[in-house]
Amino acid sequence: MSAETEAAPQDRPVLPRQSLSERLVRMPVVLPLFTFLSVLVLWEVGTRVFAVPSYILPAPSRIATGFGAVDLPRWIAHIWATLRVALMGYGAAILISLPIAIGLAKSKLLSRALYPLLVVIQSVPVVAVAPIIIVVLGTNDAPRVVITFMISFFPLVVSMTTGLMATPPELIELSRSLRAPQHREITQIRLPYATPYIFSGLKISITLAVIGAVVSEFVAAEKGIGYFIQFSTSMFKLPQAWAGLAILVAMSLVLFQSVSLIQRLFFPWSLPKATK
Amino acid sequence: MALVKDAISFEGVGQTFLTDAGPLIALKGVSLTLDQHEFVAVLGPSGCGKSTLLRLTAGLMMPTQGRVSVFGKPVDGPRDDVGIVFQNATLLPWANVEDNVVFPAKHMRGRVDDKDRDQARRIIATVGLEGFEKRLPGELSGGMQQRVGIARALFLNPDILLMDEPFSALDALTRDAMGFELLRLWQASPKTVMFITHSIPEAVLLADRVVVMSARPGGVIADLPVPLGRPRDETSLRTAEMQDYMAHLRGLLIHKEIA
Repeated sequence: MSAETEAAPQDRPVLPRQSLSERLVRMPVVLPLFTFLSVLVLWEVGTRVFAVPSYILPAPSRIATGFGAVDLPRWIAHIWATLRVALMGYGAAILISLPIAIGLAKSKLLSRALYPLLVVIQSVPVVAVAPIIIVVLGTNDAPRVVITFMISFFPLVVSMTTGLMATPPELIELSRSLRAPQHREITQIRLPYATPYIFSGLKISITLAVIGAVVSEFVAAEKGIGYFIQFSTSMFKLPQAWAGLAILVAMSLVLFQSVSLIQRLFFPWSLPKATK
Repeated sequence: MALVKDAISFEGVGQTFLTDAGPLIALKGVSLTLDQHEFVAVLGPSGCGKSTLLRLTAGLMMPTQGRVSVFGKPVDGPRDDVGIVFQNATLLPWANVEDNVVFPAKHMRGRVDDKDRDQARRIIATVGLEGFEKRLPGELSGGMQQRVGIARALFLNPDILLMDEPFSALDALTRDAMGFELLRLWQASPKTVMFITHSIPEAVLLADRVVVMSARPGGVIADLPVPLGRPRDETSLRTAEMQDYMAHLRGLLIHKEIA
């Protein structure tokens, strides 16, 4: 009897013992940060020990000095040029893929007729068409936006169409039995149901949009990070080219996380259960 | 002038679907009537076209043969005076309980007013979900979700309630409780109910009449009144008479499946 009262002085639950690896898994930030820093340290040490020339692989410290090759306003101008094209192409891809996806989801006829064409367009290597598009559309924003659009729109169409078709047929029957106008079936049932799918498409496409912007800058541009990297390599200034690359990576990550954040803030119900 | 109008009537109804594997005869020569405020269970093996009967009644599809009438008028398109409860609750996962229940009004008219919301809260209370109005479907158990599904079907106060195996996705205990709950709702506000099921005890416990269907092509092989008064409870099926009755139904189903 005394043993019992001693064993349960409070109502604190008894937790299972955790091993180190189990505890590390529960720390979502620590582990990736550790990996990342380890790679940087290995990289730095490796390039120094083996005396790797900086045009082959500059050490992280050399890349860091590469950021100083250009002053801040110039960096911002380059970043803004790339970001602008990426966002415009991305926006165009969203605006154009939505009606196409609705058409494909609603009409079997349209989907049979249009889908092969979409696949053909997707199969065209955009990098190869980019010079042609520049010649056709000139050297202003238009060709760059078109190239970005072409790279980023296909995953959007596919994910939106899949999402719009993922609606339970019962709800479509409910909608029909209520004799509601067609547009409300789209806005009140199909589109909200497609939200998780749309967001996975949006996440894939935002990083593709950055790639599209860079590709277009490779072909014809006088500013932008893509232009900066190409210019730097042609001048054999590899560390600053790497600095540009690091900025592109950061830009993609920030854009991707922004899309995730929008989903978490405004559409929390559309997240998979485990990540809530 | 006809004095008595059947709530639902099927006259020689046949339904054939075109599939990639060729035409599929789902229903053949079905004749059946449901009186007003009658609770009829349609019992049959899977793939016997039970759900097709329900969709024909709702006007979601047209028969390829024969005629379906509701209150004496041939069904010629989707009708909004029927409430449908599906096998899965199929609620809108982004909308709370109350918004799910007023959804029919919002979907038909594009907006909802205070009267709709009052009505929704009343029905939510009737199905025993008071206090859960602002919860999301994901936070509810399967049984509670199906209560919301029933509340949504009752929202427009339909004369006819069509239920497509509504409790088959629930566990056995919840299933029995939901059955009695449904009887209570039906007795409080009588409606013509067409209840599709493949469970013999469920059909017998709930219905005034059991219609037994054969497998493909689906047809009516028996139409038997349930020899059981109301109200009913857990003990109602334990009598020798009811056991015999259920054994008879089982015999009809099994016999037909072999043949």
